[in-house]
Amino acid sequence: MIKYVAKRLVISLATVWAIATICFFLIRLLPGNPFIVANPLDITNADKMMEYYGLNDPVWMQYVRFMNSLLHLDFGYSLAHAGRSVNEVIALYFPVTAQLAIQAMLFGIPTGTLLGILSAYKRGGTIDISTQLLTIMTTAIPAYVLAAMLQLLLSVKLGWFPASGWETQKYTILPTICLSLGMISGHCRGMRTLMLEVGQQDYLKTAKAKGLSEARIIFFHQIRNALLPMVTNLGLEIAGLLMGSFVIEKIFSVPGLGKYFVNSINELDYTMAMGLVVFQAVVVVAANFIVDILYVLIDPRVKLD
Amino acid sequence: MSETTSSRKLDFTPVGENDRDAEQIIRPSTRYWPEVWKRLFRNKLAVLCLTIIGVIILCAIIMPFLSPYKFDEVNLLSSSLKPSADHFFGTDATGRDLWTRVWIGARASLLIGFLGALTPFIIGTVIGAVAGWYGGRIDMIIMRVCDIMLCIPSMIYMILILMVMGGSISSLVVAMAISGWMGSARGFRGRVLQFKNKEFTLAAKTQGASAARIIFRHILPNILGNIAVGLSGAVPGAIFMEAGMAYIGLGVTPPNISLGQLSTDGITYFMSASKFHLFLYPSLVISVMIFAFFMFGNSLRDALDPRLRDEEYNAKRMRKIKRVLRREARRPGKAVV
Amino acid sequence: MEHNNCLLDIKDLAVSFMTANGEVKAVRGIDFSLSKGETLAIVGESGCGKSVTVQTIMRLNQEPPAVIKNGSIRYTNPEKNIDVDITGLNNKQMQKYRGKEFSMIFQDAMTSLNPTSRVGRQICEAILKHTTLNYKEAKNLAVELLGKVGLPNPEAVFARYPHTMSGGQRQRVMIALALSCNPTVLFADEPTTALDVTIQSQILDLMNKLKKDREMGIIFITHNLGVVARMADRVAVMYAGQIIESGTLEEVFYQPKHPYTWGLLGSVPELKKKENSRLLSIPGTPPDLFAPPKGCSFAARCPHCMKACMQYEPERYQISDGHYAKCWLLDEECGKEVVPPVGRDLSVFKTKRKEI
Repeated sequence: MIKYVAKRLVISLATVWAIATICFFLIRLLPGNPFIVANPLDITNADKMMEYYGLNDPVWMQYVRFMNSLLHLDFGYSLAHAGRSVNEVIALYFPVTAQLAIQAMLFGIPTGTLLGILSAYKRGGTIDISTQLLTIMTTAIPAYVLAAMLQLLLSVKLGWFPASGWETQKYTILPTICLSLGMISGHCRGMRTLMLEVGQQDYLKTAKAKGLSEARIIFFHQIRNALLPMVTNLGLEIAGLLMGSFVIEKIFSVPGLGKYFVNSINELDYTMAMGLVVFQAVVVVAANFIVDILYVLIDPRVKLD
Repeated sequence: MSETTSSRKLDFTPVGENDRDAEQIIRPSTRYWPEVWKRLFRNKLAVLCLTIIGVIILCAIIMPFLSPYKFDEVNLLSSSLKPSADHFFGTDATGRDLWTRVWIGARASLLIGFLGALTPFIIGTVIGAVAGWYGGRIDMIIMRVCDIMLCIPSMIYMILILMVMGGSISSLVVAMAISGWMGSARGFRGRVLQFKNKEFTLAAKTQGASAARIIFRHILPNILGNIAVGLSGAVPGAIFMEAGMAYIGLGVTPPNISLGQLSTDGITYFMSASKFHLFLYPSLVISVMIFAFFMFGNSLRDALDPRLRDEEYNAKRMRKIKRVLRREARRPGKAVV
Repeated sequence: MEHNNCLLDIKDLAVSFMTANGEVKAVRGIDFSLSKGETLAIVGESGCGKSVTVQTIMRLNQEPPAVIKNGSIRYTNPEKNIDVDITGLNNKQMQKYRGKEFSMIFQDAMTSLNPTSRVGRQICEAILKHTTLNYKEAKNLAVELLGKVGLPNPEAVFARYPHTMSGGQRQRVMIALALSCNPTVLFADEPTTALDVTIQSQILDLMNKLKKDREMGIIFITHNLGVVARMADRVAVMYAGQIIESGTLEEVFYQPKHPYTWGLLGSVPELKKKENSRLLSIPGTPPDLFAPPKGCSFAARCPHCMKACMQYEPERYQISDGHYAKCWLLDEECGKEVVPPVGRDLSVFKTKRKEI
């Protein structure tokens, strides 16, 4: 077990290192003086800024410095807004994104799983057909279009929820729903497929041959075995939520990391964007790491090698 | 023995091998692909989706030529017009014809869709083949790289690469290739390992076939079905990804245009009644396009592996059968237990 | 065959599967019975309907697509005062019989145990369902059973997961599971096919011993004639959804009457045989059960095919008490005396049978 954890940890750290390195060199690849890009009118100042941020030093020195600061969990600074550090931005905006993501998970995972089970149980029934429609919608319609339509319908036309902003708990409902839609359909589809797959396994026939009731077969044998592989998806889903938050936060003007990230891309604030990318990579890798460990703990079949 | 025997005229002359009706004995052996096509074209949804894809591709090719407007032709006199006979989809704030722009955009989106699905697949297949065939160190290194790269969602690679390369079709495809090869590399490596020691591979080997020949002539055809399904899912995925990138400001840069970009631009107007068409039409076309590709992929999967479909079909059919059986059971003369 | 000992009596059973491509007539009118303490072996090629038959008796087939089109399955157990037609029961009523009256050992022990549940728990599940024991008593019983089927250190086995055990061990667990509620009829669906030969032999010995101890009726499905010779009291040969010959082991093995049985017996290699002898094979493949032929289903492959065979389905001829075969060659009017192509020395099967 310890060996397995250590191995996963090494892979995780290697991933973060790889992403950070790629980011670092990509920034150096950008043509021209970054300060001129950020503020084309102020050329003399830009040189001073280069000096100030140590951008005139040899690349390896910059790399060592960058890695060193990363080790201290310092993700860098903004070029467009002097004196603003990535860490400040994270501290300010990440809690909002995290709240949104956690709410979406708390809503999306149980809903999706339940719908998946129900649609596998009554194949071709009303629930099955409507979840299939939902899946088609979430896969065919780009997330921003779907979110915009929901916003138009539920808040502008019906006035159930505030259209945008982030003030009271009520403001969080619509973004949460929109963010969790993809998750619901993903979970539902995955669960449905797994339920059907497990349903064809021999051990369900054994369970039936034992004389167990249908409910017991479904709950203790089918659902249990179908649920386990879904756990492996969690890591990817957390990543998906972070990515989804880029779109949702912008549409609903949620002051989260995603919105800030999109803004910094639009402002050509590369160091900020890269810093945020590295931070998000850390979050995703950490989530994957935890899920991997968790999976070994709950599924007896996984061999540790 | 029973009275039926005597009522029949039994003929006990022997029958030779040749006189027997061969058709009756063995079902005509079904070949794999014709059978798949048959199943596919019997599925109405698949045919519909294929038609939609065909129409969209055709429109993307010819509509810009037929239109009297150019996609980047600014005409301030006719700005923000609603859809009409002159401008099927209306015009945008600078008077550009949306109909023309949508089809030009569809060209870009289709190109991104196909190239964005094919390039990572080809790269991944080659890498996976190398890893699986040569094994050992090479395999280990490639698989470690795969593991590490798979930890990060592809969107992060996309963002990084697009930020550096700028938005264009080629940089999108490059970004998709870099972020998407791992899956097919892993999958194909597994297949190569699986087939590597099979008899037919060994047979080809003993006849002096090269590694590349064995892999691409002998192993690849065996998994053509999986590849087709994978690719038909990757095309809409790539189109979808482009739209997402456009939304966060990393799509193709003006004056070039894609459907994702158009619908992103239009989204600012989705609450304004007079400019709603700017949002509606590009979003509609892109959604229909992704839908058609996606559903076609699903139908293809069903056609390749009809087991699950069978069950669904049965559930419907059973109700009818049960009714018939119940009616028969009620008939006099049959003992109902 | 004493009739008061009869446990199962199957009459004219027909089962079909409704698939997207049409109706598959998997079982087409079969009759057989099973008495207490008797082993009936059902033999036949894959796809001939053996498994469907036993799974129909336990009603394990997914219904739909499976449909019982015709016939009755009468189960009688005077001790428990049961006399019932299985085909008329619904799923809920059937639960009382599955596991308790009937139980089943499946072919592939690898996949027949739930991989995420400890084996002991899976056995207890059945015990708790059918008896009034509490969990602790059920556990003790399960441990005892695991010991009885020859698993060393049963307490430790109780807490193990299936994937940590070998194929033979798992099949023993399956047997323990099947015996947990003292069933009256045990179905064994090729229980040893997935095992290697030495393990196979141990499992068969175990089953014979348990049968003696408990006086169960066993229906044994296999396509291995060596296993049949070792296990069976009576044999039913199935072909294309029909029982084409049935009788005691000796009758079917020494005086086979159906050409298919000849072929089947001829396709087994013998140890003591002349050097130049050939292994017989039956040319062709079984008929398509989507549209079974209107005559004898074996006609197309039969070396003695006659016109009547192509036109009418053969009667079920009685050769002696309990020995039946479905073949026109047996008709009086046919008047042909066809000798089996090879006089088989079947002692090779007999010697395998150990007295336990």
